[in-house]
Amino acid sequence: MDNSVNSPNSLVSVRNLSFSRGNKKIFNNISLDFERGKITAIMGPSGTGKTTLLKLIGGQLIPEQGSITVDGQNVHKLRRAELYTLRKRMGMLFQSGALLTDMSVFDNVAFPLREHTSLTESMIRTLVLMKLQAVGLRGARNLMPNELSGGMARRIALARAIALDPMMILYDEPFTGQDPISLGALVHLIKSLNNTLGLTSIIVSHDVRETSAIADYIYLISEGRCVDHGTPSQIQKSASEWVQQFMTGAADGPVHFHYPAKDYADDLLSSGKRY
Amino acid sequence: MQHTSTQDTLVGLFVASGIVGLFFLALQVSNLSSFVEQDSYTIIASFENSGGLKVKSPVSAAGVKIGQVSAINFDPKTYQSVVKMSIYSQYNTLPDDTTASIFTAGLLGEQYVNLDPGGSDEYFKNNGKIEITQSAIILEKAIGQFLFKSAEEKK
Amino acid sequence: MIELLQYLGKTTRVGFTKLGRGTYFLLQTISGIASVLLRPRLLINQMYSIGVLSFLIIIISGLFVGMVLGLQGYYILSDFGAEETLGVMVAASLVRELGPVVSALLFAGRAGSALTAEIGLMKATEQLSGMEMMAVDPIKRIITPRFLAGLLSMPLLAALFSTVGILGGDMVGIGLLGVDEGAYWSQMQAKLDFQDDIINGVIKSIVFGFVTTWIALFEGYDAIPTSEGVSRATTRTVVNSAFSILGLDFILTALMFGDN
Repeated sequence: MDNSVNSPNSLVSVRNLSFSRGNKKIFNNISLDFERGKITAIMGPSGTGKTTLLKLIGGQLIPEQGSITVDGQNVHKLRRAELYTLRKRMGMLFQSGALLTDMSVFDNVAFPLREHTSLTESMIRTLVLMKLQAVGLRGARNLMPNELSGGMARRIALARAIALDPMMILYDEPFTGQDPISLGALVHLIKSLNNTLGLTSIIVSHDVRETSAIADYIYLISEGRCVDHGTPSQIQKSASEWVQQFMTGAADGPVHFHYPAKDYADDLLSSGKRY
Repeated sequence: MQHTSTQDTLVGLFVASGIVGLFFLALQVSNLSSFVEQDSYTIIASFENSGGLKVKSPVSAAGVKIGQVSAINFDPKTYQSVVKMSIYSQYNTLPDDTTASIFTAGLLGEQYVNLDPGGSDEYFKNNGKIEITQSAIILEKAIGQFLFKSAEEKK
Repeated sequence: MIELLQYLGKTTRVGFTKLGRGTYFLLQTISGIASVLLRPRLLINQMYSIGVLSFLIIIISGLFVGMVLGLQGYYILSDFGAEETLGVMVAASLVRELGPVVSALLFAGRAGSALTAEIGLMKATEQLSGMEMMAVDPIKRIITPRFLAGLLSMPLLAALFSTVGILGGDMVGIGLLGVDEGAYWSQMQAKLDFQDDIINGVIKSIVFGFVTTWIALFEGYDAIPTSEGVSRATTRTVVNSAFSILGLDFILTALMFGDN
């Protein structure tokens, strides 16, 4: 199956990618495109390797087959220094936020600036405060990461991800485990950052409602293959039963509620045996 | 995290105390001071038997340490033990008829060279040779002799 | 029987791959040394959390070990009428063995386990991964400064341990049991050799510091990134460090003090 879109405007394109972990094939010859300036979402059930895909794009994992091109550069053919240069132009928001626990919020946001630029402390201060203002947490600059709520930690991590003004941001499950208010704040933030900074965003998520609210394009992945792709409204109208079940969250459908087992009545009657 | 300057101070204190510890071990605990600081000259003595004498064993005169053994060799011609001793330069007035004997500190203690100054007006120069020596007392030999003697007396 | 052989084979294979990963990790760590020396602040921070925070436990343990050596040594030596050599006994056992070994064991328990837990948690909370995505090499930024700090702290801690121990022996021997002060120190100075005893002791502590810090950092870096994985890795750090310290101590002692 070839589902490459091959848009000339794509910033990241994944071609015929295969990757497996142990004996489990996580991606089987999959092709995806991520357009510049757009929010593209990758959705699918838990355990389909969505985070793995982000790590492949970031060059932390190496694919078995296929290629990933970011801004015209094949990520896995780059030398280490070139890969690091490319990564400076990518931001990644981890599920846990991945803030450095031994530094204050301010130092965390300043971290990439201090590591990669030789700006003076006063310039760094200005930049950090601007980034913190953008996520609405300028007042929290002196807190330590363990004093932050999950939603705040994710927003700080977002401020850190945009510290070097990247061209794109990869979001790993940004909506998981958030209360409705933080959720709203994050959804709003991702959308507005994308528009105001002209970023390209890639969101990996299984939160259907929030993701389809802001995504420009959605890929649905299951069992290593791309099941469907299109704009949120196209996906919602999909004829596939599986897609319908996933999007509406029905308990039973093509994906059964019950784990495969022998007949219920037989099982109950065959007493005395353990299995 | 503590304030940066406090941290600096504490790390400085830690490193300084560690270095003081190393110096203490080098200067107060071991003999670094005794063999680094002092100039010395060599005198040589040949013994019939140097017993348990070792390199770095003390050399003393009138109970005061004035140097140490620097080398012990077997002379294949005379079949004697040739002991070189480094004597600290400040003790440069040892008469050349000084005698050397190997003694044991206490009953089971370590062996050392004792120098007994004679009456000559000439002093030892570097690589001077001691003519009169007395070997180490070998305990087994001494006991053997004692038993032999007492057995003879009983006869 | 077959199962046993299979188990043995598997253990060997797993052991070798781990050793390979560990060696590779060590080489990467060492390759970062120059970049850390250009940023001494990173090193100072780690000297604080590795050296300064181990200072108190080392001092107190050293004092007590020295005092116990003073007491025990006195009881044994006085049977032979050789109390004057108490200083030699206390100092030689501390400088040659107990200083490097006990302080390394304490170091593994205090600083080593903390390092493993810290690195393991950084891995589990994706901090290392996150750093990589920020184009910062976590080995150079996180691991190498800790490695250097461990390497530098260990000999200092061991020297402090021995020093405090000798003073503790002095307190008990001279202050409490009435050994002659002059004899305590002069016998010690006459018997202990700078080269053979002090330098060899320092070499031992450098080797132990190297191995302990390496094990601690690698176990953390190689830990399964879950809370259970990290806690297991922490245990392994302490156990493996202790084995390595004692095993290496035997080898080093045989090499160093073999000829006299």
